[in-house]
Amino acid sequence: MFSEWKFTAKDIAEKPDLFMPGHRACAGCAPATVMRLITKALRGPTIATLATGCMEVVSTIYPYTSWKLPWIHTAFENVAANASGIEAALKILKKKGRIPYEHVDVIAFAGDGGTYDIGIQALSGAVERGHDFLYVLYDNEAYMNTGIQRSGGTPFGASTTTSPAGTVMPGKLEYKKPIADIMVAHDTPYAATASPYYWRDLITKARKGVEVNGPAFLHVLAPCPRGWRSDISKSIELSRLAVETCIFPLWEAIKGEYVLSSPSKPIALKPERKKPVREYLKVQGRFQHLFEPKFEHIIDEIQQITDKRWQLLLKKCGIA
Amino acid sequence: MKIAKQKTLALNGDEAVAYAVKQSDVDVVAAYPITPQTIIVERFSEYVANGEVDTEFVCVESEHSALTACLTAAATGARAFTASASAGLALMHEILYVTSGCRAPVVMAVVNRALSAPINIHCDHSDSMVERDCGWIHIYVENSQEAYDSIIQAFKIAENPELLLPVMVGLDGFTLSHTLENVQTLPDDLVKKFLGTRQFPLVTNHEAKTVPFKLDPGNPVTMGPLDLYDYYFEHKRQQEEAMRIAPKIIQQAHEEYAKISGRHYGDGLIEPYHLEDAEMAIVCVGSTSGTVKTIVNELRSKGMKAGLLRLRTFRPLPVKEITKALENVKAVSVMDRSLSFGGHGGAVFHEIRHVLYDASTHPYVVNYVYGLGGRETHPNLIHKIYRDLQRILKTQRIEEPVQFIGLRK
Amino acid sequence: MTNQEKGWKEIPPAGVCWKSSTQYLTGDWKTYKPIRDLEKCTRCLLCVLFCPDGAIHWKPEKEDIEFDYNFCKGCGICANECPVDAIEMKLDEET
Repeated sequence: MFSEWKFTAKDIAEKPDLFMPGHRACAGCAPATVMRLITKALRGPTIATLATGCMEVVSTIYPYTSWKLPWIHTAFENVAANASGIEAALKILKKKGRIPYEHVDVIAFAGDGGTYDIGIQALSGAVERGHDFLYVLYDNEAYMNTGIQRSGGTPFGASTTTSPAGTVMPGKLEYKKPIADIMVAHDTPYAATASPYYWRDLITKARKGVEVNGPAFLHVLAPCPRGWRSDISKSIELSRLAVETCIFPLWEAIKGEYVLSSPSKPIALKPERKKPVREYLKVQGRFQHLFEPKFEHIIDEIQQITDKRWQLLLKKCGIA
Repeated sequence: MKIAKQKTLALNGDEAVAYAVKQSDVDVVAAYPITPQTIIVERFSEYVANGEVDTEFVCVESEHSALTACLTAAATGARAFTASASAGLALMHEILYVTSGCRAPVVMAVVNRALSAPINIHCDHSDSMVERDCGWIHIYVENSQEAYDSIIQAFKIAENPELLLPVMVGLDGFTLSHTLENVQTLPDDLVKKFLGTRQFPLVTNHEAKTVPFKLDPGNPVTMGPLDLYDYYFEHKRQQEEAMRIAPKIIQQAHEEYAKISGRHYGDGLIEPYHLEDAEMAIVCVGSTSGTVKTIVNELRSKGMKAGLLRLRTFRPLPVKEITKALENVKAVSVMDRSLSFGGHGGAVFHEIRHVLYDASTHPYVVNYVYGLGGRETHPNLIHKIYRDLQRILKTQRIEEPVQFIGLRK
Repeated sequence: MTNQEKGWKEIPPAGVCWKSSTQYLTGDWKTYKPIRDLEKCTRCLLCVLFCPDGAIHWKPEKEDIEFDYNFCKGCGICANECPVDAIEMKLDEET
């Protein structure tokens, strides 16, 4: 099914950037790193489409563009429908002999804004119809581009501008929607989670997603220092801590079979390696309020949910 | 060119549209069913199932996605078609603007149906009239024959490399869509020849190269960027410019098609009927024009100078043509099958009045809102309108500029 | 809005972008500048991979890393992730 592409850091570094410098992302923006790394995984002629959101806005302020690929943006909630239309056109044009390429890959990017909530209908439809495309969710856990409002991907207890931590309420009261699991439940041939710190794992998975014949879904955690109120130099470090605390474990589901990925495996093998969620929460301003005495029990709750979901994942992977 | 030998088929409006799409070598059809458009998608999927068309048919999960998929398919270089009505068209609203802003030559059949609430499945023009600002070309047909002809012409118009505007063709729900008519159809190869394959204008991309305007890995372009206040206005002016050259292109396609089909619809923009010496006239859009024509014939046989102006192309608004057609008419009654609540009448009334404001003579112009939610427009009502016009001419007074007919008090 | 901006007749249709973002230098955003200790650096290339702006390049012909300060925003991710602490963020005196 997969080509088992082998590559070194040098190979990746030497590949020209398809997501070019000069974009207007904030300093320390991990989604920008994610864009760069994922586009390094592409294997040939590709058409890209983005949903409205941070990455779309910062990279295409007219008349400038950061994209070396053919690229289209239409609206916020429909990037999966964009991809459907492009893929359908490519299929029929190839059949009619009107395009010179053997194969063209289609890649769609959206934030948690354009995926979890407003975008889920189009995503669900596109996946159900089985279009051949890779959907990358760069998850910064809130509607960052419009000012850090909460989304279905915002974690429990996080303070956002529409779920602020106040005197009475401790931030978002709802749990993070398990979007990747929802995609697995759609019988998506390939679904996976990734984190930019684990760049090799990320690029490998992106390449697999592109190679799969049919829809593939890649959920990438992409810390936003602006919205997470964290240090701009720590965005990649946070993407590591999220995995080490098992808040964002890394796995793949190949035709519905869960496989734990190498960055999360060491923790499965030696549970004492698992870092307490506190270590992850304390370096982010959006969780600062949880360290007040009246909200400290929320940290315990976060630890419990994390542990529960981690155990469930291990079971799905056939471990424990 | 000789007029082609045509085959007469018994088709309802929806079937006629589906048949036209079948012959037009459409590459992608992405559609979502909604009464009264359902027959279009059903018939088309039968063609697909029987291998009669070479089209990628995408059964999308909503109208919003239907138009989106057509837009990006067209951006990738495909010929794309969709159809909708009423709430479905309303759901597409956001993307209607995006499609025209992205200059994607999508063709859509709108089977005119009332908007909710209350939910109503029958004909009126409220669904597409409310979209008159969205930057699409709007053509309204009188019968299923014209629906067939206009869909084919629509692809030619939309894909013109100088134009690049999406086109919607409106046909009345149930009255046309579900009623059988004899439709003359052209031979397959002639339609294919008439349309040809898509040609792409050239644009300058970010690598300072001149490349075809489509998504092509060999010649990348970025479409649909963010405009700040420094460029948005200019981009919109470009769209308006396209609308300004559209009448010429619509008429060109209409003429070329008339040569092979033998059928004209006025000059392609408007269809005047007995207007040369008319004193009183009705302005009408859609299938009710057919009823009005019958009444005009009756009145003319009694020596009355009655006429009809059927508006075929609503956007771009054929200002010159309307002014010329009505220049000798003394009293005009504009029939509207939609209503702008609180807006002192319907859309067509507003536009006719404002077009005639600049004319050298000002006839009396009144409005009759009719047929909302599929209310039947009986010939008696048309007679009443002409009687009212006569009274206006006699008394030189308008009693009530906006009236409703066929409404129970 | 200056007079140098192109009018509606001159720009390509449909909003097709006609400038590469590499013409927009974001380097003046930075407050701190990454300075690399060439002796400590092991050329692991993590900084090249992690930079959100692609402002660090691996130059195969020089067999070395090069920082492009025209685009570096001074976020410090490179310094934070360097496994041998070869990068230090120093105040950028130029701006």
